[in-house]
Amino acid sequence: MNVFTEITLNHYLALSGLLFMIGLAGVMIRRSILVIYMCLELMLNAANLALVAFNRFHVKPGGIHDYDGQIMVFMIITVAAAEVAVGLALIVSLYRLRQTTNVNDLNALKF
Amino acid sequence: MNWIVLLPPLIAAALITLFLRPLKKLSVLVSIGACAISLGGALAIFFADGEAKLSTLSWASLPGLEITIGAMGDPLASMMLLVVTGVGLLIHIFAYGYMKEDPGLSRFFAKLSLFMFSMLGIVLADNLVMMFIFWELVGLSSYLLIGFWFERPSAAEAAKKAFIVNRIGDFGFLLGILGTWAIFGSIHFEELKNSVAATGLPAGVSVGVITLVTFGLFMGCMGKSAQLPLHVWLPDAMEGPTPVSALIHAATMVAAGVYMLCRVFFILDLSAYTMEIIMWIGAATSLFAALIALQQNDIKRILAYSTLSQLGYMVMAVGCSATTEAMFHLTTHAFFKALLFLAAGSVIHGLHHEQDIWKMGNLKKYMPITFVTFLIGTLALTGFPGLSGFFSKESILFAAYHHNKVVFALGLFTALLTAFYMTRLFVVAFLGKERTEDVHHAHESPKVMTIPLILLAILAVIGGFIGIDRYIGPHAISHDSGGYGLVMGLSIASFLIGTGLAWRLYGNVTKEPYSFAILKNKFYSDEVYEAFLVKPQQALARFLAWFDYWVVGGLFVRLSCLSAAGAGEVLRLMQGGSLQAYVVVFILGVALLCYWILVKVAL
Repeated sequence: MNVFTEITLNHYLALSGLLFMIGLAGVMIRRSILVIYMCLELMLNAANLALVAFNRFHVKPGGIHDYDGQIMVFMIITVAAAEVAVGLALIVSLYRLRQTTNVNDLNALKF
Repeated sequence: MNWIVLLPPLIAAALITLFLRPLKKLSVLVSIGACAISLGGALAIFFADGEAKLSTLSWASLPGLEITIGAMGDPLASMMLLVVTGVGLLIHIFAYGYMKEDPGLSRFFAKLSLFMFSMLGIVLADNLVMMFIFWELVGLSSYLLIGFWFERPSAAEAAKKAFIVNRIGDFGFLLGILGTWAIFGSIHFEELKNSVAATGLPAGVSVGVITLVTFGLFMGCMGKSAQLPLHVWLPDAMEGPTPVSALIHAATMVAAGVYMLCRVFFILDLSAYTMEIIMWIGAATSLFAALIALQQNDIKRILAYSTLSQLGYMVMAVGCSATTEAMFHLTTHAFFKALLFLAAGSVIHGLHHEQDIWKMGNLKKYMPITFVTFLIGTLALTGFPGLSGFFSKESILFAAYHHNKVVFALGLFTALLTAFYMTRLFVVAFLGKERTEDVHHAHESPKVMTIPLILLAILAVIGGFIGIDRYIGPHAISHDSGGYGLVMGLSIASFLIGTGLAWRLYGNVTKEPYSFAILKNKFYSDEVYEAFLVKPQQALARFLAWFDYWVVGGLFVRLSCLSAAGAGEVLRLMQGGSLQAYVVVFILGVALLCYWILVKVAL
């Protein structure tokens, strides 16, 4: 069996992990709050990808498929959409207030 | 009927405290009126002869315990009611004259009324718990009245002392009540009496237990009636106004202990040991106090020690199973001791608050009515044949003679001492020459004070003749049982010797010719208490304060506070405000968690 000819669960999971790490790295190192937010979305979608892949490769006894994982993904997408609406609204009002989206300048909330 | 006796003083106290304080005359009138109504009720109960309609109020009801506010109408209670309200009324009237100038007149009468209410509650009580409630109220009102002149530190101290010493006795009393309830399953005197009469001591209760329980009951008496070793508060209580000394610390409150002993006598009688203890403590107190009285110079203190001594007599009589004699002496003592205290008050009033007998002298010239009434009181107390004190004292001695010869001898000696110190007081204060210039300015007290004196003097004279003891109950020992003439002869002899000796030694002196430091210093009882109780207690208190400050407050409270604050100081360093620093920490945490779950737990 060749890893380059057949797509298995591990391929999907590797991709998912990669996306997650890219997102995480973005959250950790980028300074613009908007980009951090996009990276967060990336991490969410990495999780979605893993869920879909798991669902696709999960076969119950007797060869029956179910769609639990995919339904969960829809759930996440919906919630994420709502969350984006709230998050972007926050970012916009934050920008209006402070005239910046750089997290290094948004450090007023400390002891 | 009983509410007519009990409630007016309470209503008066409430009215005066709430509304009438600025109106002095009206306050006095309300208080005296309330006392008069109580006296009327007491007379009605007395003449109803046990047929009076008494109502009972349920105060608290528990399974196996029914606490009522009721009343007793037996001869013991009705006699005591008469004494309390009758003497109380006269003292109320006297107090108006004595306290007229005091700015706190209304407050004083409110407290007097509160005291009357509490005292009547004790007398009426038909069960131990009700008695205890009013017992405590009496303690409270006594505290308030001793400390009436609270701006004087000595009065405040004396009030505190009286309250604390009484507390010790009250604690024993409470234990005794609980023990009685545990043994007999009842707190009502009637039920207890029936149960004791029917079966005596319940099976399974050992002599030790009943002795402890009865001793607990006796401890209540020790506190209130100031018996050894809880006697220390009574002399100090003389810091209160003189009418208070007369009403509370001579005639009524201190007699409550004796009254209570007579009330629960049938229980005390179950333990021969307790009876022995009661008898000996009574005898010891009477002798001890009489000895101290020999060398006191303060007119009120001499009377206070004399009161202690006479209370010892009564307790001794109870210990000799002679309750009727004890109550008889209580009654006559209430008359003549209230008289003596009020006459002393009249002297103090006339001399502008001079209490040292060595600064008096020849008062008979300046205060004739006080002189005569004080003389009658002295003769009644010392046992001049025919006056009330003679009959009651002699009946106690007679009971003691048949019970225990040693106690009888002690009693006889105390009677001699009593005659001695009272004659000394009388001779020094009223006869001889004026010892200070102030005496020349002495004046007789107004009528409002002298009339109660005269009435009390009449009572002190006839108290024995009318045979008050007939109304109380049968004597413990019939007069026909032998030795009556002997006892009477010895009692008269001790009176004559004591009086004669004092007359001879103090007849023509200008200052105290003898000095016994040990008697002057009250056998050092205050010093002994100071050294053995107060000092260790204060040392313990200081240690506890140290412990509280450094261990409880320091180690537990302040240290835990400090560690929380310190931890906060350290942890706040992590709150730098940098969003991405938080993310890194968060991710590290998640990574650690993953590592732990996946590697450590899963494998």
